[in-house]
Amino acid sequence: MKLKLSLKGNELNAALAGELDEHSAADVRRKLDDALRDPDITRVVFDMRSVTFMDSSGIGVILGRCRRLIERGGSMNVINAQRSVEKVLRISGVYKLCNERSGR
Amino acid sequence: MKNYLYASFPSLTCNESLARGVCAQFAIMLDPTVEELSDVRTAVSEAVTNAIIHGYGNADGQVVMELEAEDDMLTVTVRDTGRGIEDIELARRPFYTSKPGEERSGMGFAVMEAFMDSVEVESAPGRGTTVIMRKRFLRDG
Repeated sequence: MKLKLSLKGNELNAALAGELDEHSAADVRRKLDDALRDPDITRVVFDMRSVTFMDSSGIGVILGRCRRLIERGGSMNVINAQRSVEKVLRISGVYKLCNERSGR
Repeated sequence: MKNYLYASFPSLTCNESLARGVCAQFAIMLDPTVEELSDVRTAVSEAVTNAIIHGYGNADGQVVMELEAEDDMLTVTVRDTGRGIEDIELARRPFYTSKPGEERSGMGFAVMEAFMDSVEVESAPGRGTTVIMRKRFLRDG
């Protein structure tokens, strides 16, 4: 699993690539949390375009970061998921949490 | 046509991708759609992850995966001899997790149920867990 982080203003774009399962989740979680040490980041956009597989371990990673962002008054979004990944996201209610508190 | 495969591997998370790859390769002979095949991969990944994380709690153990293909039906059995589940009904409930401090989604069984036609769970504390999942591939569905 590859993770490319880019910061634009207060928004962190996290472009993931490859397979996100329990095995790869720990590394992704650690890298995201390192980036989120910057208190100015109030929004994370997970770009799932190149994620070829994800199970509920990935949901844990996304929801955990979402919780942290909401705690600091921020928000998140999950975009560009392929059909199989999108299905797991939908079942888990992740899309309902997207853009919460965004004020837009 | 009837076919069968037995696989046994140590409870290492790197074997999750191995297990779903083997299962997908096996299922291809039943001529699934792309979507059906990815459903199977996801469900298998959930069951194997449960065995490794919950069954053995990251300790050493052996996970057994049995695959059976008969006509248009795939049966996947994932078995561990780990700690077992005390309350199966509770464990299957969406968003329930026995490890709340570890940021788990609690969606493992819910995903298996959504992606397979049926999911049976047999378990006893201290004796391990067996998950039996079935999916029929409807070619003209």
